[in-house]
Amino acid sequence: MTERPVFLDNAAATRMDERVLEAMKPYFFDVYSVASSEFGYTLGIESREALDRARKTLAHYVGAAEDEFVFTSGSTESGNMALKGVALALGEKKGKHIIISRIEDFPVLHSAKSLEKQGLSLTYLDVDHEGFVDLDKLRDAITDKTILVSIQHANQEIGTVQDIETISRICKEKEVLFHTDASHTFTRLPLDFNKVTADLITVSPHTIHGPKGIGGLYIRKGTPVAKWMDGGFQEFNLRGGLENIPGAVGFARAVELVTEEETKTIQSMRDHLIDRVLAEIPDTTLNGPRWERVPQNANISFHFVEGESITLHLDMRGFAVSTGSACFSRSLEASHVIMGIGGDHERAHGSIRFTMGRYNDMDEVNAVVDAMSEVVHQLREISPLGKRE
Amino acid sequence: MKFPYSEKVLEHFKHPRNVGKIENPDGNALEGSPACGDMVAVYIKVDSDTNRIEDVKFESYGCASNIATGSIITELAKGKTLDEAKKIDWKEASEALGGLPPIKAHCSVLAVEGLRSAIQNYEERHGLVKERKATTVEIVRNRLKRVMNPLSGLDLVRTNLVKDVEVHDGVVRVVIDIPSDHQFANNIRDEILEKIEPLWDVKQVVVEFTE
Repeated sequence: MTERPVFLDNAAATRMDERVLEAMKPYFFDVYSVASSEFGYTLGIESREALDRARKTLAHYVGAAEDEFVFTSGSTESGNMALKGVALALGEKKGKHIIISRIEDFPVLHSAKSLEKQGLSLTYLDVDHEGFVDLDKLRDAITDKTILVSIQHANQEIGTVQDIETISRICKEKEVLFHTDASHTFTRLPLDFNKVTADLITVSPHTIHGPKGIGGLYIRKGTPVAKWMDGGFQEFNLRGGLENIPGAVGFARAVELVTEEETKTIQSMRDHLIDRVLAEIPDTTLNGPRWERVPQNANISFHFVEGESITLHLDMRGFAVSTGSACFSRSLEASHVIMGIGGDHERAHGSIRFTMGRYNDMDEVNAVVDAMSEVVHQLREISPLGKRE
Repeated sequence: MKFPYSEKVLEHFKHPRNVGKIENPDGNALEGSPACGDMVAVYIKVDSDTNRIEDVKFESYGCASNIATGSIITELAKGKTLDEAKKIDWKEASEALGGLPPIKAHCSVLAVEGLRSAIQNYEERHGLVKERKATTVEIVRNRLKRVMNPLSGLDLVRTNLVKDVEVHDGVVRVVIDIPSDHQFANNIRDEILEKIEPLWDVKQVVVEFTE
């Protein structure tokens, strides 16, 4: 391995905190049994207790009760559980209509599409040029056949933060269940289970220096969710499978370690990066709103150049970032988020996402802006577009 | 550390050869892919006595494989006659680069087409083009050989994905043997439209999928 890169793709994955690993370690080597063995032997009881402690930490963190939090394998599974679980429970009873925003992340987007194939009808709510859902349009879209509204807390690419408190109120008034994917806001923005009256909330520690392969779903008491993936009776008989106890412990520890001060520092790095890039590099556009965005996210389109070329050049200079360019994606589709906010192919083509975390500092932010400036200049020199005569 | 690109691709990406514009070129073309958004411009200078390409330059608004292929085809084409240069295909360019990932075929094939179009542009400007022929099923099939299946990096015809082609009153109907929700269905449709729509007597192109 070569020297560690300056890692600015913290929305995709984060370096795990050593303190999280320390908390997890005993559950690999000492207390390694499963929690469901609690009636058999002492080790099982210890596992059960560790799992319960982790659950309690996570439930209380937002003001939920302990039996309102289910561990999953990550936000992808949580999204599947929310959408498919509700569809299974209510599809035949109440109706077959689901509403999602056009810019949801893949777990929700693709779960919804898969349900659509099975006969549910799906409404995509358009978003405005900054990525915000129109609340009046949401009200109008809800019918007596609607069983679920799923609108993310913040967007994975452009960081737009939706007003989920109001959205949850609208859904409550209309007596429709509401799921929100809070993967990119959890711990970085306040989330109060008593103010945001969502019925289902997806969370994950992979963006906050916790382990991968573990996630969670808050399920408000009484919410009809059917078991969509068959297995054992774990997790209140909602999610079968061996409990990932080290993961659960690591998840809880990762949440405890996030401080408001750290989030403020991250936000100041975001602001500095946005201000410098927009001021110093011509022909750039900020994607998403300037202020109502998650603290760790900056997403900027660099016109006349392509994203994968930028990321490769940055990688050679020791920086890791991500792009919404079609060339970069496995499906060869341009970012549905950039297209969803009314951007064209060209804007997606040159879009770069920078996401900051605990282990970044202002020097790195300054260094990436300097590198970006060089790379973009170099690529524009060879581009047939945007030449200034 | 292993990138999906060969050393040679990375080297041409980092230091592309023959980059830029030629002022008053003898032939030039701008090719773009609506499917992935990449674009490439190719400029040629031709010695009219020998029909050899004296100079060739390119510009790229594209990803690494697009830039690297632009670079390599200019190296391959320089000094060749127009007829020789026309024969440079994606396979030759890819081999000269030590191989390209199949999924990147469509970004890199653009540069190859850019060169061919620049030559065509030269021939049109210099009255070297033969008469315009009416579009036939065969012509459509030949064009579909330039549409890549991103999963294999091979073209649609070779991989037997073209189930049916009809040409009737300027309407071309192409049936592709993949489901409409295939990972690359939209991508393949866009590329087919891009290749068939420019035919001079084609009014409409309809792309259908089998499921």
